[in-house]
Amino acid sequence: MNLVVRLLAKPWIWAFVAAFGVWLATILFTGGASTLGLSQAALTFAAFSIIVGLGQMFVITLGPGNVDLSIPATMTLAGTVALKVMDTNNDLIVAGIAATLAIGIAIGIANYGLIKLLRIPPIIATLSSSFIVQSTAIWYNRGIRIKPPAYLAEFSTASTLGIPNVAIVALVISIVAWVLLEKGIYGRWVSAIGQNMRAARLAGVPVDGVRFATYVFCAVLAALCGFLLSCFSGGAALNMGAEYLLTSIAVVIIGGTAVAGGFANVPGIWGASLFLFLVVSMLNTYGASAGVRLLLTGLIIIAVIIAASRKQTV
Amino acid sequence: MNQRPQDVPVIAVDGASKSFGAVRALDGVGFAVRPGECVGLVGHNGAGKSTLVGIINGGLKPDAGAISLDGLDATGHYSIGEARSHGVRCVFQELSLCPNLTVTENTRITHASLKGFGWRRRAEALIRAKLDEIFPGHGIDCRTAISTLTIAERQMVEIATAFSETDSKVKLVILDEPTSSLDASLAGQLLAYVRRFVSGGGAVVLISHILGEILSTADRVVVMKDGKVVGERAAKEFSIEGLVAAMGSVVRARDANRPARDVSGLAPVLEQRAHTRAEAIDFVAYPGEIIGLAGLGGHGQTRTLVSLFMGQGGDWIPRHDSKVAFVAGDRHVDGNLPLWSILKNMTITLLPDLTRAGLVDDRQEGAIGKSWRDRIEIRTENLGNPILSLSGGNQQKVLFARALATRAPVVLMDDPMRGVDIGTKQEVYHMLRVEADKGRTFVWYSTEMDEVCQCDRVYVFREGRIVAELRGQEVTEERVLAASFAEKAA
Repeated sequence: MNLVVRLLAKPWIWAFVAAFGVWLATILFTGGASTLGLSQAALTFAAFSIIVGLGQMFVITLGPGNVDLSIPATMTLAGTVALKVMDTNNDLIVAGIAATLAIGIAIGIANYGLIKLLRIPPIIATLSSSFIVQSTAIWYNRGIRIKPPAYLAEFSTASTLGIPNVAIVALVISIVAWVLLEKGIYGRWVSAIGQNMRAARLAGVPVDGVRFATYVFCAVLAALCGFLLSCFSGGAALNMGAEYLLTSIAVVIIGGTAVAGGFANVPGIWGASLFLFLVVSMLNTYGASAGVRLLLTGLIIIAVIIAASRKQTV
Repeated sequence: MNQRPQDVPVIAVDGASKSFGAVRALDGVGFAVRPGECVGLVGHNGAGKSTLVGIINGGLKPDAGAISLDGLDATGHYSIGEARSHGVRCVFQELSLCPNLTVTENTRITHASLKGFGWRRRAEALIRAKLDEIFPGHGIDCRTAISTLTIAERQMVEIATAFSETDSKVKLVILDEPTSSLDASLAGQLLAYVRRFVSGGGAVVLISHILGEILSTADRVVVMKDGKVVGERAAKEFSIEGLVAAMGSVVRARDANRPARDVSGLAPVLEQRAHTRAEAIDFVAYPGEIIGLAGLGGHGQTRTLVSLFMGQGGDWIPRHDSKVAFVAGDRHVDGNLPLWSILKNMTITLLPDLTRAGLVDDRQEGAIGKSWRDRIEIRTENLGNPILSLSGGNQQKVLFARALATRAPVVLMDDPMRGVDIGTKQEVYHMLRVEADKGRTFVWYSTEMDEVCQCDRVYVFREGRIVAELRGQEVTEERVLAASFAEKAA
């Protein structure tokens, strides 16, 4: 009983309750036939939202106005460049990963450079850098679709012990993020900055260093996600990141992280990512048309946010 | 009822009790204010003053007890709106103006009847007249945004707003630490105005930690302790010692002015050259000194402290051997991290010392938190409670612990005793002296003369620069005031 009460007090519980409810509703509708397939698909597709969502979570936690809108462009550029560098050759996988990380770091540096040196609000800075990044991807790609190396194509679509490999990657990254946030000094600093930047600075928090690291971290995760997604889907596409702009923000908020900054949590990102995928597949299973699907998705998201926020204020 | 009108209390509460969770903040308090009197309300942090004020101004509903207005029972339906329409106004310790609006616009917020065409002109006339009346020569432009005003000026605006009248007559004004941000001359103007307001038939409840001002201004003094009224007498029957004794803390004899500290042969720990003007004095701090920054409120002391802090770097790379730690005075702007627990607020500056390989050592953090809670007596059972669950004075203690717990050789303090009770103050003064004797340097901006006079050396500020340096025996109220006002006297 005590455990239930404590669980209900967690900000992330509502995302999981919602995800589970939708999962159950879908399975019951299909008479249990789709249980394994649906669960695996959910874990696979949620994994990509989780990876970008974690980066966005840290950025949003930096406080009002902080958001990274360059995530889709970063995903596209990283996927495009990495596949071209590897050129379907298994021996060049390490080079491909290095290129991915380098792109993430470079975009992170550029984003914070714009924010700090030109004093542009983050929302504008990351949006404008995303145009440059996206254009670079278009110029670099020239419409050629290169397949991923065989190893990677195999790895990203396979499962280990029934769990999709991409979900395992997402889990490892999540554990790292959780440790950073809950146990590390970095998480404390991010949260302090998000609550009151001036007070954090006067308390000795290296505000610029932490914000810089956070924007770089977010861009690196976006690049990694782009890399994985392009391997998973058999090649990079110029619009492959588009849906992750809103998704990355939605999973942070549904997951119970404070929109105004200062408070974050990792488990909620999982609940919210699973939930977002499952809602769409539930409505598909019910045979809803595209318009109805979008409408209901919006309404359900709003309902979850209301449930979660009311619980928090008590 | 054949009482004379001046004997019927403007407001009276009887047997009022109020609990917040397990904390009994108010325990059967009886309190009444009559027209034409100023009641002083004193007590330690957490004695229940703010709770009583909350009940009087309608913001809090008592769990038990009766409230009457002008002798008529109002128990049960008393609210902020009813208090206001009855002419009860309140000036809070935590300033409550909207920083992005102008003085005039803030006046409009509290005076809803200033509407229709030309409200701006009428609001400005109203507030300017009241400012001129209370603080002659205040120099505040009513068309500027609150955020550009100093904290003293904001306090003046807030006070003037409370006293200004539109549709309803002001019968009772509650002043909660009104002089905490004001320098001596402004405080004097305010207290003189309070006397004029009271002799005109108004009523005032005055809450202040400066006991001299209570005794000189109030007609009657109510002493609170642990949620109860423990003493109530005419002000002239109290002395400062008597008041302090009634509150339950002991007045310690002040250190006699000590001789100037010998700093020859020591290397300065912190220096800041005066910027441009030839006559300004450089700031230098030596190990083990307590250095006061004095002068009228808002003359560049806070800015100097912040620039001393920022000048040490640490924007990008965390400093493990930071030279300076900062104790904020304006808690909401510079100090509190409002979403966090008491413990996390306390340890944030110390955190690099508690971190191994990027991970915070929770156990060591908890142990340090407990030891500081006991050392400076922060009133909480559980350090995991939110920082905002503490009273203002206890929040300030947490900010003190935040800086003192570090290894920083220099502690910068931005008027940190605002709203801290006298017992705590004495403890902190003692702790500062002990730490200074161990070689730590304190740079202490204070608006209270008592505190300035405890310093080894004092820099007096005027118009953003240091205009005088006083050492040892020279540190006296007269010398500090003389330096603060020199230009105006000339």
